[in-house]
Amino acid sequence: MKRVTLFSGHYGSGKTNIAVNYALGLKKEGLKTLIADLDIVNPYFRTRDSEKALKDAGVEIVVSSYANTNVDVPALPEEMYRIIDDKQTHAVVDVGGDDRGALALGRLAPSLMAEDDYEMVFVMNFYRPLTRTADQLISVLREVETASGMKVTALLNNSNLGQMTAVSDIAETDALAREVSEKTNLPLLGTTVREDLINEIKGKVVHPMPIRLHFRDEWAIY
Amino acid sequence: MADKVLMKGNEALAEAAIMAGCRHYFGYPITPQTEVAAYLAKRMPQIGGTFLQAESEVAAINMVIGVASAGKRVMTSSSSPGISLKSEGISYLAGCDLPALIVNVQRGGPGLGGIQPSQSDYFQATRGAGHGDFRMLVLAPASVQEMASLVFKGFDLADKYRMTTMILADGTMGQMMEPVSLDMGEVKAYDKPWAVTGTKGERTHNIVNSLSLLPEELEQWNIKRYAMYKEIEENEAMYEEFMADDADIVVVAFGVAARVARNAIVAAREKGIKAGMIRPITLWPFPKKVLFEKAKTAKAFISVELNMGQMIEDVELAIRCSRPVTLCSRTGGMIPTPEQVLQSIEEAAAKNGGDK
Repeated sequence: MKRVTLFSGHYGSGKTNIAVNYALGLKKEGLKTLIADLDIVNPYFRTRDSEKALKDAGVEIVVSSYANTNVDVPALPEEMYRIIDDKQTHAVVDVGGDDRGALALGRLAPSLMAEDDYEMVFVMNFYRPLTRTADQLISVLREVETASGMKVTALLNNSNLGQMTAVSDIAETDALAREVSEKTNLPLLGTTVREDLINEIKGKVVHPMPIRLHFRDEWAIY
Repeated sequence: MADKVLMKGNEALAEAAIMAGCRHYFGYPITPQTEVAAYLAKRMPQIGGTFLQAESEVAAINMVIGVASAGKRVMTSSSSPGISLKSEGISYLAGCDLPALIVNVQRGGPGLGGIQPSQSDYFQATRGAGHGDFRMLVLAPASVQEMASLVFKGFDLADKYRMTTMILADGTMGQMMEPVSLDMGEVKAYDKPWAVTGTKGERTHNIVNSLSLLPEELEQWNIKRYAMYKEIEENEAMYEEFMADDADIVVVAFGVAARVARNAIVAAREKGIKAGMIRPITLWPFPKKVLFEKAKTAKAFISVELNMGQMIEDVELAIRCSRPVTLCSRTGGMIPTPEQVLQSIEEAAAKNGGDK
């Protein structure tokens, strides 16, 4: 397992939720873990939304003090250098969406590549409007690589339609995920699925991985 | 998987505009509607449309006047402070009788306010979007699906009446993600013999302006427009009823407030209180008739809003103050909880004898 895991992807592909799940998972394994939010584009739906769950579990949070406030500025967290300096801690990095969001990662790229102990996972949701096909997805992936100055090392299929996602919805994207993997020569780590659907999906997608949804739901049911 | 897409409200409305035949968008970034511009910046060049980030909101709305004068479908979008900047142009659109679509994804105010969701531009949208005697069609989506379908409907109404339509969304509607079907049906084409398209020397030229040299003339223009507004009030009001048939306590709410209220109403019914909801989809024309009818049997009304109480005045007017109307609200970017709305329902039932 690498010390640093970066989650990048298209805007709205589910990076934050995956990063929170992964950080909680590492902590459960007994590893010293921090989660860093490097989003400089979107002022909403940030790692801080899950602050309580993360803190309760003992995961350290590195996030701009302006996230989830009315201060709408592209600010990075003061403690972001802990990602590269604190070698005793496993860092889970929630990279901003698209090329614009991934730009901030460029500052850390030389150090991360020198240490060479990282994985950059590209999160894919084929139900998002601008990544409907393998080729569309690959073009966003290349844009993210160019902006960040780093190469993607693995793929994760997080295709979903939000709360209403059915097993068949996920299964239908399996071929697309494999196609991206073949065309880019990048390993497909697996397919995320809400934990209550995990038994149903077995055998229908590449390596199903259970995840828990972390989001605000006061107005979700309609 | 062909027909399902997971979209943000802002993206859905942008794609729906394209499907409605809009090929011209002029905007200026502001949270929480920036995804509209970001999305169209990618999509418009793919389909031969125009995306232009103007130097300001004022410039953007004047570009809208230009394209609308040429008879083409055109859209601009912004959030609260940006809409205030556009208000001069909105009045000119009305004075020129031009169809256009303006989107307001509201944030907390007044002033620069904040970036969290709000419905505090209700008065501005339904009363004073600009100077002068005029009305604007105002549509209020309550789901990502409606962000798309009301854009489609809004363009149609705008062309039908040669009026400005405003989509009055709140930040939640712009930012939340839901599965959407983009099957919007056929685009209805309207003749626009008034449009400024070049005469080729074959006809007398059209003039689109909002200046009247004679007061008698200006008065007649306004009277004519108001006759049309009356017709619209008769025919175009849209609303959704939820458990309202036998309701003693009628909640009135739009946008995200209606979603919260819906959960509270279900909880109230479980407690034996006959609660229901009228959700206005058009804020102008306001669905007055249905509320007036409900007041004949309901015992009390509750207006649930994300502001200090604005739509509540339209509820009181619609029912001629024949029943008590209370306000349940949060403001400044805060959203009422289902528990808060349930408490208001319980209080109204206790005070006004709603069946237990």
